Amino acid sequence: MSAVIDAHHDDHHHGPAKGITRWLYTTNHKDIGSMYLWFSFIMFLAGGVMALVIRAELFQPGQSFVEPHFFNQMTTMHGLVMVFGAIMPAFVGLANWMLPMMVGAPDMALPRMNNLSFWILPFASLMLISTLFMEGGGPDFGWTMYAPLSTTYAPDSVTFMIFAIHLLGASSIMGAINIIATILNMRAPGMTLMKMPMFVWTWLITAYLLIAVMPVLAGAVTMMLFDIHFGTSCFDAAGGGDPVLFQHIFWFFGHPEVYIMILPAFGIVSHVIPAFSRKRLFGYDSMVYATSSIAFLSFIVWAHHMFTVGMPLAGQLFFMYATMLIAVPTGVKVFNWISTMWQGSMTFETPMLFALAFVFLFTVGGFSGVMLAIAPADYQYHDTYFVVAHFHYVLVSGALFSIFCAVYYWLPKWTGFMYSEALGKLHFWLSFIGVNLAFFPMHFSGLAGMPRRIPDYALQFANFNAWSTVGAFVFGLSQLLFLYLVIKCIRGGQKATAGVWDGAEGLEWTVPSPAPYHTFSTPPVVK
Amino acid sequence: MTIATRFVPSGLLLLAVVALAVPASASSGWNMTPGVTEISRAIYDLHMLIFWICVAIGVVVFGAMLISIILHRKSRGVTPATFHESTKLEIVWTLVPLGILIGMAVPATSVLVQMYDSGGEDMVVEVRGYQWRWQYKYLDDDLNEQISFFSNLSTPREQILGLSEKGENYLLEVDNPLVIPINRKVRFLLTSNDVIHAWWVPDFALKRDAIPGFINDMWTIVEEPGIYRGQCAELCGIDHGFMPIVVHALPEDEYDAWYAEQLQLARLEEQLMERDWSEAELLARGEEVYSTHCVGCHQADGQGVPPVFPALAGNAMMTGDFDVHMEVVYHGRAGTAMQAFGPVLSPVDMASVMNYQRHAFGKAGASERSEPVKPKDIVTFAAAQ
Amino acid sequence: MAQQEAGGHEAYYVPSESKLPVWLAFGLGVMLYGLGAWMNSAQTGGHGKELLFVVGFVVVAIALYRWFAAVIEENHRGMNSAQVKRSYVWGMGWFIFSEVMFFAAFFGALFYIRFLALPWLGGEGEKGITGQYLWPDFTVDWNAGTNPHPQWATPDATLAAPPLTQWLAYLPFYNTVVLLTSSVTIHVAHTALKEGNRSKLNLWLGITVALGILFLILQMAEYVHAYRDLGLTLNTGIYGSTFFLLTGFHGFHVTLGTFMLIVMLARCLKGHFTKEDHFGFEATAWYWHFVDVVWLGLFLFVYVF
Ligand code: HEA
Ligand code: HEA
Ligand code: HEC
Ligand code: CUA
Ligand SMILES: [Cu+2]
Repeated sequence: MSAVIDAHHDDHHHGPAKGITRWLYTTNHKDIGSMYLWFSFIMFLAGGVMALVIRAELFQPGQSFVEPHFFNQMTTMHGLVMVFGAIMPAFVGLANWMLPMMVGAPDMALPRMNNLSFWILPFASLMLISTLFMEGGGPDFGWTMYAPLSTTYAPDSVTFMIFAIHLLGASSIMGAINIIATILNMRAPGMTLMKMPMFVWTWLITAYLLIAVMPVLAGAVTMMLFDIHFGTSCFDAAGGGDPVLFQHIFWFFGHPEVYIMILPAFGIVSHVIPAFSRKRLFGYDSMVYATSSIAFLSFIVWAHHMFTVGMPLAGQLFFMYATMLIAVPTGVKVFNWISTMWQGSMTFETPMLFALAFVFLFTVGGFSGVMLAIAPADYQYHDTYFVVAHFHYVLVSGALFSIFCAVYYWLPKWTGFMYSEALGKLHFWLSFIGVNLAFFPMHFSGLAGMPRRIPDYALQFANFNAWSTVGAFVFGLSQLLFLYLVIKCIRGGQKATAGVWDGAEGLEWTVPSPAPYHTFSTPPVVK
Repeated sequence: MTIATRFVPSGLLLLAVVALAVPASASSGWNMTPGVTEISRAIYDLHMLIFWICVAIGVVVFGAMLISIILHRKSRGVTPATFHESTKLEIVWTLVPLGILIGMAVPATSVLVQMYDSGGEDMVVEVRGYQWRWQYKYLDDDLNEQISFFSNLSTPREQILGLSEKGENYLLEVDNPLVIPINRKVRFLLTSNDVIHAWWVPDFALKRDAIPGFINDMWTIVEEPGIYRGQCAELCGIDHGFMPIVVHALPEDEYDAWYAEQLQLARLEEQLMERDWSEAELLARGEEVYSTHCVGCHQADGQGVPPVFPALAGNAMMTGDFDVHMEVVYHGRAGTAMQAFGPVLSPVDMASVMNYQRHAFGKAGASERSEPVKPKDIVTFAAAQ
Repeated sequence: MAQQEAGGHEAYYVPSESKLPVWLAFGLGVMLYGLGAWMNSAQTGGHGKELLFVVGFVVVAIALYRWFAAVIEENHRGMNSAQVKRSYVWGMGWFIFSEVMFFAAFFGALFYIRFLALPWLGGEGEKGITGQYLWPDFTVDWNAGTNPHPQWATPDATLAAPPLTQWLAYLPFYNTVVLLTSSVTIHVAHTALKEGNRSKLNLWLGITVALGILFLILQMAEYVHAYRDLGLTLNTGIYGSTFFLLTGFHGFHVTLGTFMLIVMLARCLKGHFTKEDHFGFEATAWYWHFVDVVWLGLFLFVYVF
């Protein structure tokens, strides 16, 4: 059933198994990490195709392509699939690959549960996506699932969406428990908490957030389930409930959730910028404190998504102030990154390009976030494309770019080969241009008054939308280039050295490329 | 160094310039509208203030980054410095942003407090969201209904489907606009009949969710007469994109005249019930009612959008027992989108739409009740409930 | 037992491949898909959709059984290093934290409803216009379970606590006593285990199991009473909703905890666990204490206040 790695007989034991069962039955963090990453990329394409359906319909005014009902399903599914299927699993995949290597462990703390967390995902996603083909259509009430549109007025398939979310949540919780156990329990001797690499730190805090808020989401959808099937009235005023209650619970989960999608990104960028600036990360300690403060604050700002529900003034003010505060620790991070570059010796390989674009565009998204945080102004921004612009800047050119950044940075370590730098740069520039073309005009259409989640719009928004659509297609299609590049790199190429990059530091660069199946069978000693 | 890397700085710069320059050209359809109320202008100023603060911070932050990128690159042969911390700097860039934020919070708080300054209103209007139209009720001082009407999208379907040229106010036009006076404090009581909607008119900087079973309170004083357009701003189902808001702000005297006329019409409507209605009259009126209240779901041809919205054409109910049919339309079906129309339609409208459906979608005359339904029958039915 | 490395550090341990995770994931998927289909068909009066759920459940049960059996087996064979054991400890600790947050969502809902939403519906507080304008006939009486709209039946009575003097005739009071006692008895059993006193361990663990079952029986009796005599159901508006959701999910967790205790009892009787090494037992005890603490919160905020 199981075995112990004996350091002295490493060779006769524990290479990857052959065939499909290698992937089905594996307990190896690298195999599982790869599966996570592939899975999330597939989901990214699926969610992206839905985004393209949205953009195609919005290319010009009028009903040109899909019906409003289907459009709403696309918007909903796009949000759910991108958040739960693409971004989160990609970060967990990176954690799986890198955390054990970074803390000097052979594997994750709970390898079998690790495989369970992964394999739940395909089944849950299948269940989620299958709702699109059910009678009455899939969920059509937005990824935020506001009651009572998502309860009394929902299609039958909502039941399956709820269970899919339960499964996705269970997977995330188990993944997070595993990550915390790995970080707290598997560090090499000498690696004190304040010596941990930033990616490890940010993931530790992310995992904490995950365990704290995924159960709350489970609670929220469970109440939906009971309102739908068992006659409770949690969200029905006639029975003493309140539709706004759902929003409070959802956003208590939802706001920490958006930091779950950005903290690991902060970690990645904190590795890549020093490496390509050939200079140590500036202000390591303050990075750790800033990340912790962001996590703490993320629990007390949720109602900034609900400035228009009619909260009492005191609530409105509290949530406005708390939200604005988040700019402080986030600013500390941005300033530290720039100080790291300052007087460095920079080169601009693809990972660095993505990291720089991250700092630039994430900050742009952060600025629009601060604007949204101003409660009176949010009356004008809320539920317009200005919000859509904000969150795609932090999610696409933020979270997603950091994932690309990480893949380019560590790909040679994973495959043992260098990727094609020329293709990488091409991918970067197409993505950079595409993203800005797609999402920058949304600021304007939003300010000019275009609501989100509409399949058709007034004529004055036509130009902005046409540009957005062109940008979306440029950005989307260039991801096929990325796919090609990664496959090519797995197949072969110039051999990678153990160190790969000049300035890169950390335990992962002390092992050969590709990293051995079990990286550290005995713990390295960290001084 | 490749050509591409040389473009990093210029690329970033270009984008920054575009980002900064473009929104500066206010009120050209790129930016938030300053609007026509004191509050809306205050919000616009706040918006521009925060925007310029962000631009200024951006210039500093991206400027520093750009200088680094240009000057501190390996290709220029620099050797990296070794510093990696400075408590002093960390304190500075914690406190400075904090100060800036406080500077933003002060005006934001005062605008917000101003917006919450309700009371002392001159008139009250109840705004009620429906899938997918708005209902406006003008209330008296004791919140009793005086006038009530529905406001539906009036853009023809052909325009939406691209079969005919789109009009200037495509998707932003309605049959019955809300009419309010200028220079009077109008208080809105916002609620909904089904799901959450949000009533938003950018020129008034008024946006609030209409929540079923709850009231949200807001007010405005419009300063210039005109026609102002807005939209539902909360996803509320299939036709969320098709429930616009149009407000006519009239000078006080014109408004008073309009209001008096509407009151009179409402009285007349009450008397209509007493009248004798011919079947043809009922059918004509019924078609109108059907096309305002029912087509959204059941479609003009009565085919519905199965399975979500059942077809009425050929539906056994159209030829079946009258009371069963009446029951559905009057009380709706709990837990479905089919709402109770009893409280919504006047007896005259109800009678006409019943007749119209049975005529248009059932085989006329095959009904158990070949007599046309009269408004009085509806009153009898309602009384029995 | 634990592998010692030359440098004085333990060698790492990694279990080899396992079929169980993917089967468990598959079982969970099938089970919940089946449950969804079942619920949807139940609503339209259909039948025959239970099968898929049952199949999934069986797969899950078998996979879980074999998984735990494997872990126990590994431990008995001395394959678990101290580090692996610490991982299990962390795992259980954080799992319980996640459970705490699940209940936090429902408690949060209860507080929001009672202290904000209901007063507004009743015409009080900052948004009292809601009640004054929309629900003029509604007065809030939490302990009577009144609702704004008559479409939601008001129960004949609720289970709110009577004055202290009458608690001896108040069933939830006994539930509290039973559950609190069981927290003590499991602690006694744990102490016995650490002392190596096996018969004392078995006795007190047995008593704990009995108390767990007793609690469940009392809870069932209360539910029957509520449904049959009080007309208090899931469908009686927000009081019924919060009451049954909170006590129901708690009861579900007690059921799970009791099941875990029974397994532990069986293992104790088979001679499993040693003085030093009994994390399975300890984890169960933690879980049981957690369930107990949740009940205290429930008793205070659902019944008493
Ligand atoms: C990765 C995800 C992510 C991240 C990191 C953020 C970050 C922030 N977000 Fe965003 N947000 C979303 C994802 C994210 N958001 C999503 C998905 C939604 C919409 C959900 C939906 O409705 O579907 C949303 C919506 C949203 C709203 C609701 C808008 C509405 O619906 O009306 C608000 C309002 O306050 C907000 C605010 C903020 C703020 C203040 C930050 C801050 O953390 C930003 C902080 C960063 C900076 C400020 C830049 C760097 C700082 C400096 C250079 C220092 C100096 C700066 C100043 C002093 C200003 N966000
Ligand atoms: C979490 C991350 C994330 C990511 C990465 C994206 C990526 C994109 N999103 Fe976003 N989006 C959200 C999260 C995200 N989104 C959320 C949370 C919402 C809110 C939902 C709601 O309102 O409920 C939203 C909503 C949203 C809207 C608003 C919809 C509405 O209000 O009705 C729009 C509109 O343009 C949009 C566009 C895009 C585009 C063009 C991309 C592009 O970046 C996508 C690019 C990728 C591709 C295009 C894939 C490439 C695939 C191919 C080239 C085809 C290959 C084909 C096969 C192999 C079959 N998204
Ligand atoms: C918001 C959408 C919507 C609107 C508007 C609407 N209906 Fe319906 N209607 C429905 C739905 C959904 C059902 C199916 C209810 C069910 O599942 O039992 C329905 C059912 C019916 C039925 C019963 C059909 C049957 O076979 O059970 C009748 C009759 C009917 N509607 C008439 C009307 C009339 C008359 C109007 C306008 C005055 C109207 N509806 C407006 C959504 C709507
Ligand atoms: Cu009504 Cu959107
Ligand atoms: Cu947020």
